[in-house]
Formats: sequence, C-alpha cells, structure tokens
Amino acid sequence: MSFRIAIASGKGGTGKTTVSVNLYHFLAANDGLRISLLDCDVEEPNDAIFFPDASLVKEVEIFRDLPVIDTDKCTFCRRCVEYCEFNAIVVIPPANYAEVNASLCHSCGACIVACNESAITERKETIGKMTSFRPERNMNLIEGRLKIGSSMQTMVIKELKKSAPADDDITLFDAPPGTSCPVVETIHDADYVILVTEPTLFGLHDLKLMVELLEEMDKEFGVVINKAGLGDQSLYDYLQSNQLEVLGEIPFSQEYAGLYAKGDILNKIPQEIKNSYQSIVEAMELRRSKK
Amino acid sequence: MMTVITSSGNNKNSLFDKRFGRTAWFCLYDEETKKTTFIENTDNETSNGAGTKAAEKMVELKVEKVISGDFGPKAKDLLDKFNIQMVIIQDDGIKVKDILEKLKQ
Repeated sequence: MSFRIAIASGKGGTGKTTVSVNLYHFLAANDGLRISLLDCDVEEPNDAIFFPDASLVKEVEIFRDLPVIDTDKCTFCRRCVEYCEFNAIVVIPPANYAEVNASLCHSCGACIVACNESAITERKETIGKMTSFRPERNMNLIEGRLKIGSSMQTMVIKELKKSAPADDDITLFDAPPGTSCPVVETIHDADYVILVTEPTLFGLHDLKLMVELLEEMDKEFGVVINKAGLGDQSLYDYLQSNQLEVLGEIPFSQEYAGLYAKGDILNKIPQEIKNSYQSIVEAMELRRSKK
Repeated sequence: MMTVITSSGNNKNSLFDKRFGRTAWFCLYDEETKKTTFIENTDNETSNGAGTKAAEKMVELKVEKVISGDFGPKAKDLLDKFNIQMVIIQDDGIKVKDILEKLKQ
C-alpha cells in the first residue's frame, strides 16, 4: 500500500508547493518508485505549473447531489429541517414554502432519510474538476480545482483522493493553507505530515495551531524550515523546547524566489537546496520502510 | 401592521442590535394596538444559516417590516420573496425606544 505524506503549513506562503514539488521530483528520481502528487489546494491549485511538459491524461468533472423539495408532495412537517445540521432547509408551513439553500447545503443526504413523503429528490451540481497529468512514466500529478462560487472544498478533495492510483509507492498531498476542514480532509488519512514553516512570528503562530491539530489527530509529523535566515530565533526556541523533529532547512534566497515566480524551480536547483531535499527524502524513505 | 426591530435586550431601553440573524432579541411592534412584545432569538449562535432562520421567523410572525443594521444575502432573498420590507439603520448607540418613537410619529 502507498505511503501517504501530506505537506501542510497553517500559514500560507511558507512553501508547501515548493516543498511538495521538490519532494515529488527527488523521490521520483529514485528509480522505479511510482509517485503521485495530489494538489489538494483546490481553491488555487498550482503544482502543475512546475511541470509544463507533462502530458495531459484526462480531465473529469466533479459533481455533488443537491436535494430538491417537491412542494406538491411535501406536507411541511419540518422533519428535514430538524435533521439538517447546517440550517440549509427553509420550511414555512403557513406559506406552503419549502426550499433547500444550496450555499448552506453540505450534500449529506440526511434530509432524504428524514422525509417520509418521498418529497425530496437529488439533482447533480458541478462543484469542480479534476485534471491528471503525467510528468514522467513513474509520476502522476492530479489537480483538484473547485468551481468558483462553490464551497464544497472537502468534497473535491475526497474525490481527488479516490482517483489516486492504487499501485503508488508514495502519494504526496499538497494541502491548502489553514487548519480548517479542507486541511483536515487532506491530512486525515496521511501516514506522515510534513509541516512547512518559516522563521517569522506569523510562521510560528500558525505552526503552533497546526501542531495542536496534528496532536489532536494523533499524526506523526516533522517540520521543514523554509526561508531559513529570515526573521528571528523564536521558531527555533519553540521547536527545541517542544522537542519537535526538524527534517531540514531550506535557506532563503531571493534568486530562488525569482525562479519560483517563473515556475522554473526544477531545472537548475542550487546545490545547497539539493542537499536539503536529499536529507528530507532519506528521512521519508526511512519512515516508509518502517511502515 | 407588524414591525420587528432587532434588539440587544428584552426591553425598550435596550440598545438597537445592528445584526439581523445574530441579534439577541426581536422587538415585535404592532402598529394597530401600539403594543410591543420581545421574542428571544434562539438561533443567534448557530454556526450556519442564522439569517435564514431569522427570516423564516419573520414570515411566521407575519411581519411586514424589519428594522436592522444590515441583512445578509440569504436572509435578504427570503425576505424579498415574502415581500417583507427591510429598513436599514446604521446609527450606533441608539435604543429600541428611539426607533419606536420614530415609528409612532
């Protein structure tokens, strides 16, 4: 079974994508390993930008089921309203009014179970799409992209994960920023989580939130310090006093940031950055062999 | 005609609450009898859909006019559908009785 590594951060802009894309690149260089990278940052996926020569394999739409109430059959009993955890159903008996609010509905299906009159049916609604690329013979890159206006991030991430090839050796999940539901959905089935942070106060603040979340979820994790050299000492003090594992440090370089902005970080990787990733790759290989 | 004013407390001396769905109380004013009743908003701490819940209550109470600080898009849609007039007052620190006075004039 595939070894699943999620790359998360809390704070945005710490380097999740940079680390994901590089790790993907270096792990795949180990001959024969089948690696997939799933871009779970479905609100603005960008991993594919770094693989302009990858061949497009397929593109599929993602749907959800949206309940619709037939007011001819509805008795306005409000049972569905009581079942709905999200206050997405409005039923006003004196007005013979019953409607589902699509922007509040999570497509959980509880209202259909609740209804004794078979007044609720479902229709398909597009919530996003999934695009698969193949950068190399042993590499799959699958991107989830949420439809603008939809708030069904977690459902897109779920579908994305279902599409990961079953015979992968390693699957990487590039998580969205933050610590909310889409992040939980991304990391809940990961075997290991890499937290990417930066030595700034914002980086530290959000790292702490992420560490709290992972401890609650009982996940194994390690920290990668990106943009090392910026900011101050507080991150290092925190890591040390909490005895958190540091997997590697990536030095801050304006030149490297420039290459990132051009989408060109895999062609001429500076030696010191190569060294950093080699040690992270070794740490991951070790974890995988223990699984 | 029934009018509702969103209120932070259960009497006329309470501050006007500028939130619609998240208001603590609804002050229901009957223009015929000049009577006011205060109804607690039991859905003001729900994580989702407080505005729709409040709008639903307005329809049930047969309210024709709601006075609040603002209305969210989902509440607005529903109030529009039932032809309930929305009045926005953006002044800070005014009391429910000040608005009632204006209504009576």
